[in-house]
Amino acid sequence: MKLSEKAEEILEALWIAVEEEGGRFLDPEKMGFPADDPAYRELTDRALVELRQGMVYFRPEGREEGKMTIRRHRLAERLMMDVLNLRGDEGDDKACQFEHLLNEGVDVKICTMLNHPTTCPHGKPIPPGECCADARAQGDLGVVALTEFKSGQEGEIAYIQTEDSKKMQKLMAMGVLPGNRIVLVQSFPSYIFRVGFSEFAIDGNLAKEIFVRK
Amino acid sequence: MATCCGKQTEAPGKVPNAKRVALVGNPNVGKSVLFNALTGSYVTVSNYPGTSVEVSRGHAVINEQPWEVIDTPGMYSIHTITEEERVAREILLHETPDVVLHVLDARNLERMLAMTLQLIEAGLPVILVVNIMDEAERMGLKIDLELLRQRLGIPVVGAATTRKRGLGEIRSAIATYRQDMGSPRHFTYSRLLEHDINEVSGLMEGEYILSRRALALLLFQQDEEITSLVRRREGEGFGVIAERVRDIAFNRRGSFHLDLSMERKDIVKKLVLDVFTSPEKRVVTWGERLSRISAQPLTGIPLLLIVLYFGLYKFVGDFGAGTLVDVLEKKLFVEMFNPWITGIVKMVIPWEIIQELFVGEYGIITLGIRYAVGIILPIVATFFIFFSFLEDTGYFPRLALLVDRIFKRFGLTGRAVIPMVLGFGCDTMATMVTRTLETTRERVIATVLLALTIPCSAQLGVILALLSKFPGALAVWGACLLLLFVVVGLLAARVMPGEAPMFYMELPPMRLPQFSNVLTKTYTRMQWYFMEILPLFVLASILLWLGKITGLFEKLVTAMTPVMASIGLPKETAVAFIFGFFRRDYGAAGLYELQTKGLMDARQLTVAAVTLTLFIPCIAQFLIMKKERGWKVAGSIGVFVSLLAFGSGYVLNRFLLATGILS
Repeated sequence: MKLSEKAEEILEALWIAVEEEGGRFLDPEKMGFPADDPAYRELTDRALVELRQGMVYFRPEGREEGKMTIRRHRLAERLMMDVLNLRGDEGDDKACQFEHLLNEGVDVKICTMLNHPTTCPHGKPIPPGECCADARAQGDLGVVALTEFKSGQEGEIAYIQTEDSKKMQKLMAMGVLPGNRIVLVQSFPSYIFRVGFSEFAIDGNLAKEIFVRK
Repeated sequence: MATCCGKQTEAPGKVPNAKRVALVGNPNVGKSVLFNALTGSYVTVSNYPGTSVEVSRGHAVINEQPWEVIDTPGMYSIHTITEEERVAREILLHETPDVVLHVLDARNLERMLAMTLQLIEAGLPVILVVNIMDEAERMGLKIDLELLRQRLGIPVVGAATTRKRGLGEIRSAIATYRQDMGSPRHFTYSRLLEHDINEVSGLMEGEYILSRRALALLLFQQDEEITSLVRRREGEGFGVIAERVRDIAFNRRGSFHLDLSMERKDIVKKLVLDVFTSPEKRVVTWGERLSRISAQPLTGIPLLLIVLYFGLYKFVGDFGAGTLVDVLEKKLFVEMFNPWITGIVKMVIPWEIIQELFVGEYGIITLGIRYAVGIILPIVATFFIFFSFLEDTGYFPRLALLVDRIFKRFGLTGRAVIPMVLGFGCDTMATMVTRTLETTRERVIATVLLALTIPCSAQLGVILALLSKFPGALAVWGACLLLLFVVVGLLAARVMPGEAPMFYMELPPMRLPQFSNVLTKTYTRMQWYFMEILPLFVLASILLWLGKITGLFEKLVTAMTPVMASIGLPKETAVAFIFGFFRRDYGAAGLYELQTKGLMDARQLTVAAVTLTLFIPCIAQFLIMKKERGWKVAGSIGVFVSLLAFGSGYVLNRFLLATGILS
């Protein structure tokens, strides 16, 4: 059974209070839902948290669950910003709604698509999931911007990410098309890459819009 | 940089019944070389993408048939983005060429064939020229032209035009071309796209030069020019088409350009299978090694300094401005030609006033021609040899990427390095070349920097000669210009509104320049330069002569004396500044004369040299600025530059007096 949204939010708030702010418990007063809200019952019934003197404490299982909930929340924030280009309050708002959908393996897919990000847009750490550890173990860099390549490194173009259709067409005219092989020849002071038998020089702004797979 | 010569070489007296052949293709694949070979005329060619920015026309007789040959600026696709591409497409859209030669680079066959597809698809009479075969072979690439011809269904010719290879085949392919002789293959896209194309092309009823199929695709790509063309031709029917196109474009929003490119890429992949084979191991040529060296800061900057030292300082400065000027100006003019011509003029013309006009102090011959031929010509010629040589090696794109980061701070990109370097040859020419920059903002900033801080070769040569006796003065002069270049650049980037430009540039392979091309190019540039400056020199001589006989000149010098005095210069320098208004180098040459007479000390020379270098560009440059940027911008730049020049002169003089440097 999935937890209710309210219950998930309590877990997140508790996790932040305990893990990031160094507290020992969460005061329901500060949470916004009074202590008699059914969401607390839901959590205590599952033995994720316990209530003592009106304060919320983690049980060991709850701590793990809280970590994964916060992870989903921050992944949702990254998704809003990096892919859907929703920023500021709107992005935060949508992320709050979206995070509750990231269950049952969807989080793994999103995390892989975002290339296992380590921080949320507000700069807070995203607790790593199993997929992140696996990727690290395999040394799989996944898809990265060309700017992350080292000189001499070769890869395959995965996609171009740009809002500007002229930029897109210029890159395509240079032969930067998904599926083509690309070699980064030099990265300073400008990026030089080779596609086929031609070399091109571009600046960092263009280079960071080319995404490549190792 | 065909621009410099304004080479809109319109065919002199159109030959009736002449058929037309248009050369199209990516930048830097050798279209202009082929044009020159076919027509026997000359448009500037170099190893630099974007050399031609205008259309050139010429004539050729092929198989006893007159042909008009049209050279176009490079384009990457018939869906155009830049101004040059648009100019090139105009030819295809409106001129109904009888043959379209698609020239491409053999090494990049796969990438460039996408455009061949587009041309075939547009129903144009295409002949494919696979150029630069020699370099492809050197890299171990094998290309089966016969197989490619079968697969495309159009004539395919292999060539190496710079080595005169394949010219005969190209001529005979042009001469024997019949539109009905073969059937170009029909390339099909995915079912869904085909459906959309058919639907929209079925709605079109007007007459077009390009096929409806190609037009439909361009409409989906939201090509504005094509949209308005179709609107004009279809009249009332356009409403329905526009609506369908809008729906289709909306459904495919976000990725249509990419989807189409991917579909074309897949078609090309099948086309080149077994046609194009590359060796297992990449062949690393010496050109590639040199390219690495020149593009990496650690080795590139020392290389740049070496190039500048030997090319600019030794060759242009020492040899051109020193040795050659000595021979021409001192030996030839002052010692031999001038006394001789003066004698003749005095014999032929009895009136002293008229004698003055030709052989007096400011005489057309003794001053105008002497300056132009004796001082300016050797300097400019050596500079253009140096520049043309570098241009053909392919060094400039490497230099552009080296300086891009720095130029970004001035609101420019590395691309602007070409006009800046050319400016050291001739600022007027360089101002024209700013056209190759992408945005108006970049063009204006580059124009200001050229007008203000870049001394042209003639000026540079004279100033080097002028200050060479005082190494300190030379250093102060250089530091002042560099400082102003940076300060004005930084300010311009802040003051001028607009987005930060982006930098991208193809790096052509480094090549050993062909001696003959370097010379031809230098020659055409010299010719242009001379035509441009000689009338001005003559005009200046006449005006100065008029001023002298009417006494106006004397008054002007007196009027300028306080200005000169305020920057610490003797009143005679006013003459040099009045000269400088015609051409800065002319003014500098005037200073040279004053210095030889021993009228100025090191401080005065430095102040005068700095002020004059910054001072109003020559009249020709001003006129070009007006032509390229309009009255308002050109006028503002003129006023700004003059004020800044005298202002800097004033500050520098105070500074030198206060610190006692150079005294």
